[in-house]
Amino acid sequence: MLKYALLRLLGAIPTLLLVIVLAFLMVHAAPGGPFDDERVLSAEIEANIAAAYHLDEPLHRQFYRYFAGLLQGDLGPSYRYRDHTVSELIGTAFPISLKLGTMAMLLAVVFGVAAGSFAALRRNTLPDRSVMAFAMTGISIPVFVIAPVLVLLLAVKLQWLPAGWSGNEGAARFLLPVIALALPQVAYIARLTRASMIDVLASDFVRTARAQGLGTTAIVRYHALKPAMLPVLSYMGPAIAAILTGSVVVEEIFGIPGLGQFFVRAALNRDYTLVLGIVIFYATLVILLNLVVDILYGAIDPRIRQR
Amino acid sequence: MTTLFNIWRRMRENRAVMVSGGILIGIVIVAIVGPLISPHDYLQTNFDNLLQRPGTAGFHLFGTDDLGRDLFVRSMLGVQITIVVAVVASVVSLVIGVMYGAVAGYVGGRVDAIMMRFVDTLYALPFIFFVILLMVAFERNFLLIFVAIGAINWLDMARIVRGQTLSLREREFVDAARLTGVSTAAIIMRHIAPNLLGVVIVYVTLTIPQAILVESFLSFLGLGIQEPQTSLGALVDAGVNQMEGASWMLLIPAGLLATILLCFNFFGDAMRDVFDSRSER
Amino acid sequence: MSLLSVAGLTIRYDDAIAVNGLSFAIEKGESVGLVGESGSGKSQTALAILGLLPAQADVSGDIRFEKTALLGASERALDSVRAQRLAIVFQDPAQALNPFVRIGQQLRRILLQHGLAEGAQAQARVIDMLRRVGLSDPERQYRAYPHQLSGGMRQRAMIASALITEPELLIADEPTTALDVTVQAQILELLEDIRKDTALLLITHDLGVVAGHCERMLVLKQGELVEQGATRDVFARPQHEHTARLLAAAPRLDRTDIPTTTTGAELLTIKGASVSYRETGHARLQAVRDVDLTIRAGETVALVGESGSGKSSLARAVLGLVPLQSGRVAFCGTALEGLAQDRATAVRRGMQLVFQDPVGSLNPQMRVANIVAEPLLVHEPDASADTRQQQVIAILEKTGLGEEFLERYPHELSGGEAQRVAIARALILKPKVLVCDEAVAALDGTVREQILALLHEVQIDSGLSIVFITHDLSVVRGISHRVLVMYMGALVELADNNALFEQPRHPYTRALLAAVPVPDPERAGGKATLAGEVPSALAPPSGCTFHPRCPHARDICKTEIPEQRTINSTTVACHRAEEI
Ligand SMILES: Nc1ncnc2c1ncn2[C@@H]1O[C@H](COP(=O)(O)OP(=O)(O)O)[C@@H](O)[C@H]1O
Ligand code: SF4
Ligand SMILES: [Mg+2]
Repeated sequence: MLKYALLRLLGAIPTLLLVIVLAFLMVHAAPGGPFDDERVLSAEIEANIAAAYHLDEPLHRQFYRYFAGLLQGDLGPSYRYRDHTVSELIGTAFPISLKLGTMAMLLAVVFGVAAGSFAALRRNTLPDRSVMAFAMTGISIPVFVIAPVLVLLLAVKLQWLPAGWSGNEGAARFLLPVIALALPQVAYIARLTRASMIDVLASDFVRTARAQGLGTTAIVRYHALKPAMLPVLSYMGPAIAAILTGSVVVEEIFGIPGLGQFFVRAALNRDYTLVLGIVIFYATLVILLNLVVDILYGAIDPRIRQR
Repeated sequence: MTTLFNIWRRMRENRAVMVSGGILIGIVIVAIVGPLISPHDYLQTNFDNLLQRPGTAGFHLFGTDDLGRDLFVRSMLGVQITIVVAVVASVVSLVIGVMYGAVAGYVGGRVDAIMMRFVDTLYALPFIFFVILLMVAFERNFLLIFVAIGAINWLDMARIVRGQTLSLREREFVDAARLTGVSTAAIIMRHIAPNLLGVVIVYVTLTIPQAILVESFLSFLGLGIQEPQTSLGALVDAGVNQMEGASWMLLIPAGLLATILLCFNFFGDAMRDVFDSRSER
Repeated sequence: MSLLSVAGLTIRYDDAIAVNGLSFAIEKGESVGLVGESGSGKSQTALAILGLLPAQADVSGDIRFEKTALLGASERALDSVRAQRLAIVFQDPAQALNPFVRIGQQLRRILLQHGLAEGAQAQARVIDMLRRVGLSDPERQYRAYPHQLSGGMRQRAMIASALITEPELLIADEPTTALDVTVQAQILELLEDIRKDTALLLITHDLGVVAGHCERMLVLKQGELVEQGATRDVFARPQHEHTARLLAAAPRLDRTDIPTTTTGAELLTIKGASVSYRETGHARLQAVRDVDLTIRAGETVALVGESGSGKSSLARAVLGLVPLQSGRVAFCGTALEGLAQDRATAVRRGMQLVFQDPVGSLNPQMRVANIVAEPLLVHEPDASADTRQQQVIAILEKTGLGEEFLERYPHELSGGEAQRVAIARALILKPKVLVCDEAVAALDGTVREQILALLHEVQIDSGLSIVFITHDLSVVRGISHRVLVMYMGALVELADNNALFEQPRHPYTRALLAAVPVPDPERAGGKATLAGEVPSALAPPSGCTFHPRCPHARDICKTEIPEQRTINSTTVACHRAEEI
């Protein structure tokens, strides 16, 4: 088991390196520099700026410099917010996003698994069909449609909930963003749980358990739940990535000063170092969380654990 | 496994396929014909007629936007672009994915292991952020959108095709063909490819909504299709800015986008049933 | 009052009747066999008794366990009967046990659920039960997951889970069909020994199993009961012609109608063939080691061994489907090694293969006409479509299929028909050798007899040589000239048909013969004379690979690989072949 975890950890390193190289090259292969669209600069000033950001060095030197900084947690200075380093900016903005994302994820897993199991146990009844219709809708409608429609309905028209972030306090301001972020994932997880629960309930070993007179509750609890959760667990990786992606628009729509909003602003402003830094940060986060999911999977499935 | 022969028959018997397919075809027809017969043009601004409500007045069925442009024509243009981007991107991912997956699956062994390890590596990346990075670096190039979306979606296709090819390769009818001296090319053409077709068709129909999602996401953020061109994502973005006063600007493109996505998802889901061997005959 | 009484049981599905008006009773403590071909409704009956039929089944009739009505009872009422009074063992223990839960926990849960034991006492009872079903080191097996046990051990655990509550009736649905014949004998003996007062309903397609283990028997045909009675009486004087047909089709070791066709010159020579596969990591799995075999024109040679013994690997290597690790193959006087790929394929055209899974060996997207014609497309590309069509029709007719089959797809064929199509495809190139890899294993007794007769006919017609691969010794008796027995990839005995069955030389051959169930209640068959199971091919025992199970093993057997020796034209690989 420990060996399995270590192997996985080692396996993640090349992926991380690939991410860094790829992201770095993308930014530096871009035609034109970051300051192109500013006022026409004199050649001298341009050269000064280039030197300040080491843009005059050959690419491999620049990469080396960047990578060395990265190892110490230094992602360089921001092009736009000239007084801040990228690491500082991430450090300020990420905690809000983390809070939002964690709440959405918990909501998604709890409601998704509950709704999916419920539907599976009442297969082909009206409740099942309703849950599935809801889930299909939830999967199909993008976060950036759900979020403004929720705002329009619950905040603007009905005025039940606060619409914006600033000027509001407490838990209420989290409610709409978290729901908007979680909804597609609730839907996806519900579908996944239902399908895998139905598969497991149709398996031979559940038939055996029924023949042993265990009854539905005991069967689900002692025999079906664990195997039925495996596909959901494998989905956690993509779900994390999806929630991160969703947080970008949700923060933009609700005006939440999280990392997602920073990212969009940076992208629209062509703040190259900030975009690069955030992409690398996100990628590392996703890769590490995927790793955790992988190891958990190994811990649950005895057939993998033995390897 | 279903024979291709009776797929059409089974599609017609499947209500979800017919209904969602019908709606999609309807939307596409209106999106093509609508702008042709409409008196308005998607560029034409009219500052005397800003934010007009939907209705028949001035033949602005969906109303006008904050620049007085006809929202019907703009929405239909958005539908066109959204669907074209999605279909082209899906074809890109189809071609790459099928070739990559089929080679890995048919060659097998170490080549397969390395090729799939590469896919797994890419799989773990939050691709959308790279796409944004790409968009930033390369100035929101229209072509790049296809490439970027295709680059995300081929991974799934490659995995599925590879798995299917791997198991087909082990099937006894392939051995039987090899024994009678059938060439590798003919085995792939006659025995592997036709049996892959089912999963590929199902999977492509499920890839299209994903591609739509990515494109509209980028456009919503202002990183995709640029003004004065438009797509449903960009229209939703414009609608969000006007939603307090002119909710139709949000609700109409949002509704269209949701309907299209829902129909594609239902269609793909139902196609899976059509090809499912368990519901054979 | 009978322990179990079934009256007018009928099970319908949308498009078919699975069981039709079935009535029978089982008394306390007796053992009853339920036999029939596949699809005759045996398992449906078992599931109906336990209330486990799928929701779409439409069930009517009456099933009573003593006074309790089971049919139509609530799940809750059923749960108080299930396990405690009525238990079942399913066919495939690999599927029937939960792979995610430790064996001990699965058994303990039953006791806890029904309030039969608690805490440490429950654990002690489970461990005791595991010991009674013959699991060595039961404390360890208690903590094992199913995949850590061998097939036979898993089935023992399954039996333990069924009997731990000491039920009054045990239903066993094909409990040994997924197991090798030597393990089957062990499991059936275990069931016999351990069940004590528990009545047994043993479901099987194998008349030999019924003859050896049941006092009474019921015969099903397409969902209807056609005959029931004491096993002895039914075997001696079958009343219904279907029973008579089943009995006639049951393979027997004591057949005397063995083939006498004359055989010609040497056709295929295999020398020192070895095959290995690469496993994950650097391990190599030795599937075949150093086998010699010569096949003559017009001869049928049977390749026999338990699953995993390397029969298929040997055949596939000879046919070029997997690479030979070492050894030489010559066909029609041409040595195959060193030949260019296309030349070798051309030579191999004279050898064709028929597979186990009849439907799986046909491309689901192609019509029968195209499937059978495909080899012609390769080898006679210039022939006109018309000539091809004529050839296809002729060969299909030879295999007993009319022109109406030309346009069918594989899923529109029955197992027997699909196997005929596969044979037609193999024969259309007029091969000299036909390899049949478990070609009748998936077929019912009566269909199997028809296919065997067809192969025999073709052989007489065209002097074809047949290599007949099977795990079932009893099928071999009536069809082969010579028999090669394999164990863990190596030849253990090669002998003429009569010699092998009447004077087996190798201890393993003897054990195999003793383990085969005999479809005759007056004779003892199906005896378990071997302990244990085939070891993992990744870690084969030293010396004679059979030594851990061999009743005759001596010290030398542990260290030295036995040389092959010939005694009265029988080739044996055993240090002690002469003495025993
Ligand atoms: N393609 C393969 N890859 C790895 N191992 C295999 C493969 N085919 C067979 N084996 C292994 O080789 C051994 C012999 O198998 P096989 O020739 O199929 O035996 P049989 O036909 O007698 O059942 C078994 O241990 C089996 O698991
Ligand atoms: S060599 Fe020894 S162990 Fe092997 S079969 Fe002969 S007596 Fe038994
Ligand atoms: Mg085999």
